[in-house]
Amino acid sequence: MWSSLVALRRLQRIAVAPLNITGGLTGSVHREMSTMKRVYVTRQIPPDGLKILRESGQVQFELWNSDDDTVPRKELLQKVKGVDGLLCMLTEKIDAELLDAAGPNLKVLSTMSVGFDHLNLEELKKRGIRVGYTPEVLTDSVAELTVALLLTTSRRLVEATHEAKTGGWGTWRTLWLCGHELANSTVGILGLGRIGVAIAERLAPFKVKKFIYTDVEPRPELASSINAEYVSFDELAKQSDFLAVCCALTPETKEICNKDLFSKMKSNAIFINTSRGGVVNQEDLYEALSTGQIAGAGLDVTVPEPLPTDHPLFTLKNCVILPHVASASYSTRNAMSSMAANNLLLGLKGKPMIKELKL
Amino acid sequence: MAVMQLVGYQLPLKHTHKEEELHIVLPCTSVVSSSCHSDFAGYLCYQCVVVQPLHKLHVVSPEEDFVHCGSLSRMQTIGKLMKVYITRRIPPEGMKILSSATGVCEVSMWDSDEPVPRTELLKGVQGAHGLLCMLSDKIDAELLDAAGPNLKVISTMSVGFDHLVLDAIKKRGIRVGYTPDVLTDATAELTVALLLATARRLPEGVEAVKNGDWTSWKPLMLCGYGLSGSTVGVIGLGRIGMAIARRLMPFGVKRLLYSGRTTKADAAEVSGEFVPLDTLVSESDFIVVSCSLTPETQGLCDKAFFSKMKNTAVFINSSRGAVVNQEDLYEALTSGQIAAAGLDVTTPEPLPTNHPLLTLNNCVVLPHIGSATYSTRGVMAALSARNLLEGLQGGEMPSELAF
Repeated sequence: MWSSLVALRRLQRIAVAPLNITGGLTGSVHREMSTMKRVYVTRQIPPDGLKILRESGQVQFELWNSDDDTVPRKELLQKVKGVDGLLCMLTEKIDAELLDAAGPNLKVLSTMSVGFDHLNLEELKKRGIRVGYTPEVLTDSVAELTVALLLTTSRRLVEATHEAKTGGWGTWRTLWLCGHELANSTVGILGLGRIGVAIAERLAPFKVKKFIYTDVEPRPELASSINAEYVSFDELAKQSDFLAVCCALTPETKEICNKDLFSKMKSNAIFINTSRGGVVNQEDLYEALSTGQIAGAGLDVTVPEPLPTDHPLFTLKNCVILPHVASASYSTRNAMSSMAANNLLLGLKGKPMIKELKL
Repeated sequence: MAVMQLVGYQLPLKHTHKEEELHIVLPCTSVVSSSCHSDFAGYLCYQCVVVQPLHKLHVVSPEEDFVHCGSLSRMQTIGKLMKVYITRRIPPEGMKILSSATGVCEVSMWDSDEPVPRTELLKGVQGAHGLLCMLSDKIDAELLDAAGPNLKVISTMSVGFDHLVLDAIKKRGIRVGYTPDVLTDATAELTVALLLATARRLPEGVEAVKNGDWTSWKPLMLCGYGLSGSTVGVIGLGRIGMAIARRLMPFGVKRLLYSGRTTKADAAEVSGEFVPLDTLVSESDFIVVSCSLTPETQGLCDKAFFSKMKNTAVFINSSRGAVVNQEDLYEALTSGQIAAAGLDVTTPEPLPTNHPLLTLNNCVVLPHIGSATYSTRGVMAALSARNLLEGLQGGEMPSELAF
């Protein structure tokens, strides 16, 4: 069964609690309150991380105890006052306003994500706050979802399931719902990092003919592991039958996927973005898809998130949109939760984190 | 002799191409021709070195034997045209081969994307020497009787042959061509696509986004089961099963189990472990069915099967619908006995839109699109055309079914 409530129960029994709960005080053992650091956790994170925080005996934490809703901004600004540590999601904007509200005790910020475009790094650096994040534990899951999205788009699975449900399925026909196959194709990667490499590794046995990539500069070590050739941005556009966007969102990559890119792409090309919505100019993408400039697109990330249901991209059969679920496997989210909790605790003890972001 | 009957001939022929003169045509002049479906039919006269429209070709000596010089390895004298019936409009790659055929054939076709109605089919096959069919056409004794004694080759544009009644066909000494291998990649790709879409809940995700159920990023929303560290069980590690296994390995699969009648030599390539079916069923996180449909595999996946599976396991079938007991599958999915299922094949096809399986969030049903890529369907068409022509001429088919 799939509901997230059932998922929680399956992972661990959690007592029903009011929306703001306090934790960290172990039963019979008294601890000096002054040695306990104060921490705010902005969401009901998966059980492994909560368990680590509770059993550490090191922190007294408050939690926005909802898996479903984000903590309202006003509530957040109130709750962070005087905290030593903050564990947040990618849905919270960590900017000067919030850091001011938190005050000078805040020493450690731990985000349960690999992306950090929601963090104002300058402000964090200025205040000497250390930042933990969760790379690598989610690489497999994200690469897997990216390949799932690519195949769903190229083999038209959404159209197909719809036809099966609504009576469009007659008997077997020779050219009905034909898609484009990976065999003998060229796959292009925009931004070759851990995730880009992991995607290429998963695509290789589909008999991909060639892997190409572009980046700010060549990445020879990563590229050699997947036999990928470094090309210019333009060449990536021109040669790719499948183009996967795997770069971080920075001022340089903002809306780099725009009409300039799409106009150079092949008409049979499939475009996949599981990085950040801001890398794509959505109006230009709509134009490219609706005019047949490219064959199809799959997006796990959009601007904004969620994408309003009346957005023009939803009217296109050849555009598949997912609600940012790339790292959404039970084991991965638990691993992210654990890592975020451990990063936080280690940071508070002044020790090296498992994964610390260099500011 | 009517011009259209000359379609497909290889010469030598004598012809007149200017009204008064007789030009002797050199041997092996090709007739540049095509079926009645093309816009231009013509011939190349080597003497004039020019292409002329076919209507200018007149046979001077109709009693003459025409020599077929298609294959260098043999020559065969053909007295008259053979009749071929094609049960569906096929992709151009196949039509091209039939129409520039080196054999003697006259092609009739059900010129539609939809299946030929049974009565029409029974009429159309009368007197046919060769039949090119789809998996939607049941080739049984009734049809073979309607066709009559000329029928010597059946070419199916599929790798599955459960629509062919083999003993009736064998009894009549008819040869059968099919299309293995060329569709392995497309089918394996679709099966992996289906497995990933089911395990990672993509159709639910797409719906949630369209319906406005997506309100913000949530740590446990739409969490699915990943392949990393998992055990995958493949039932039927044949061409397609192996191709599926190869594609799954880099996702971090820890163990690859397989079951079937015998061990497979190339299983070592994917570190495949041959185990009894029960072991596969109880230990797999992902089960992929890719065996052929036989009396032994019919209804294999039933209540007993599903009851042994893990309740976190995902079940995928892209072989034939009849391998699965659909009522038992529905029970297993709704009771939480298994986590989810993905099907590219059902019983019947199409599955009626009010079928209970279509109501389930944890069941993904695709309308049998395993081999549905433009390039693969074109290759299948070409191969089935070549199988047919070789069968008509008593030659070696590129892919003949041994039965």
